[in-house]
Amino acid sequence: MEQTQAPELHKVTIDGKEVMVAPGTSILQAARAIGGELVPPAMCYYKPLKASGGKCRACLVKVAAGSAKDPRPMPKLVASCITPVQDGMVVENITNPEVLETRKGIVEFLLINHPLDCPVCDQAGECDLQNFAFSHGAQTTRYEEDRRVFDKIDIGPYIQLHMTRCILCYRCVFTADQITNQRVHGVLKRGDAAEIGTYIANSIDNDFSGNVIDVCPVGALTDKTFRFKQRVWFTKPVDAHRDCPTCSGKVTLWYRGDEVLRTTARKNEWNEVEEWICNTCRFEKKRTSDWVIEGPRKVDAGSVIGANHYLNGTQQASFPIRVAQEGYKQIDDLPVDVRTGQLSPTAHPEKVQKTIGPSAPHLADPSTLQHR
Amino acid sequence: MRLSDRAKDVSDKNMSFAERIYLPAIATGLGVTIKHFFKKKVTIQYPEVQRPVSPNFRGLHVLKRDDEGRERCTACGLCALSCPAEAISMVAEERKKGEEHLYREEKYAAVYEINMLRCIFCGFCEEACPKQAIYLQSDKMAPAFYGREEVIYGKDRLLESKDKTRPTDGPKRRLTATDTYIDPIAVGYNRQLKK
Repeated sequence: MEQTQAPELHKVTIDGKEVMVAPGTSILQAARAIGGELVPPAMCYYKPLKASGGKCRACLVKVAAGSAKDPRPMPKLVASCITPVQDGMVVENITNPEVLETRKGIVEFLLINHPLDCPVCDQAGECDLQNFAFSHGAQTTRYEEDRRVFDKIDIGPYIQLHMTRCILCYRCVFTADQITNQRVHGVLKRGDAAEIGTYIANSIDNDFSGNVIDVCPVGALTDKTFRFKQRVWFTKPVDAHRDCPTCSGKVTLWYRGDEVLRTTARKNEWNEVEEWICNTCRFEKKRTSDWVIEGPRKVDAGSVIGANHYLNGTQQASFPIRVAQEGYKQIDDLPVDVRTGQLSPTAHPEKVQKTIGPSAPHLADPSTLQHR
Repeated sequence: MRLSDRAKDVSDKNMSFAERIYLPAIATGLGVTIKHFFKKKVTIQYPEVQRPVSPNFRGLHVLKRDDEGRERCTACGLCALSCPAEAISMVAEERKKGEEHLYREEKYAAVYEINMLRCIFCGFCEEACPKQAIYLQSDKMAPAFYGREEVIYGKDRLLESKDKTRPTDGPKRRLTATDTYIDPIAVGYNRQLKK
């Protein structure tokens, strides 16, 4: 996408912030260009995978004005990951209570059949659904019926499938389709009974099949070699590379002490894989001597992976500071503004004289204050 | 300068006869001692006798079992994460077929250790636990110890037994030859605390 050569960029306003993007960009990508809190969450959309998105409805936003030519609002909330921007579009994300309310419902729907076994699940701590539910969901569940269960199937020595946790985002199917030449798994059956499977007992053993673990937003596909080894927030991510004949060899190693517990591809701030890695790198090279260490990986200060570590970029609590500054009041009985050292305009000069007395004439006389 | 009125002036004048024989002073001193025999004791014979504590007192930890006697802990690590003293460590393992009556979840803590020297008994682990597996008992303090290896409490001393009786108070005291410790029960000093 060459933005410089495009003759006209589209102006989009998202939550009051303007950004210029190339035509054809999705609302989600435009929001990511701004960054920060106003980026809609995405459970199924995955930029490196073509045709992904539009399934989970997590990224729904309100389009308050369709374009500059036709400024009518869109009648319903739209999925920001597959809706392209138009010039003059005005989008409301976290500023619109309707969107936040809808997200709450989306979380509830996604969690209806989710087993909520986060204490057991290896994905906990880096799980998109966990983050999504934490930031947008209700605290309790209203669902009392039985959740769906599946017969466990074995899909090979490296990948563990937990079908109960799956949210049917299709990311793993797209991954197998687009980066490997033989897909042996897919979504079987329909509706409530839909499940990821291989139909005939078949192991997924393509050389790049391990990438489905990285793309899975929940703990449905996890690393069998890392299974129950350690919680992710107790492991330390380190960037490393090796000379790999099949892939780029650029990975993140997850250490506990001196031991490499897990190898994953490097992910960007939206949890998207930067470069796919092969199964040899992922599952078999678990010694430090196999790798060239580049250095510790930067962890987002708000991430649970950064817990128990003292980081330079520790977040300041901005909200209470803002509230305190807005609510600051000059108190009348102090004759001098403590911040500026100036005489308070509300203080009476006689009162000042009385309070401070003749021993401090430089404070009582405003003219001397000016010189100080 | 006098800091208080309790200072006494010292003089080197000669003692009187009554003072020189010391007997009245000894009798006065013994009188003080004997008076204390009949007073209420201020000390107790800990740990055999213990003072009552508040119902929300946070004492020694216990790992609970559920109604069917299965271990509740699933080694999620949230207690270790919330622990400000970093006293808790664990190793998780996968439940095998046939172990369903032992462990409640698919995953369980094969090793669960609390270092009682590090623990500050804040109760955050109890608060963080999503499985109601760890509690701080209100009626049992962490006992004193003689060696550092006794301080790391493993599952053998934290987990309650199948019939829900709580684990014992750790190892018996080890007395060495150099110890001048008198067993209060043997000497007959064991008195219950009067409330």
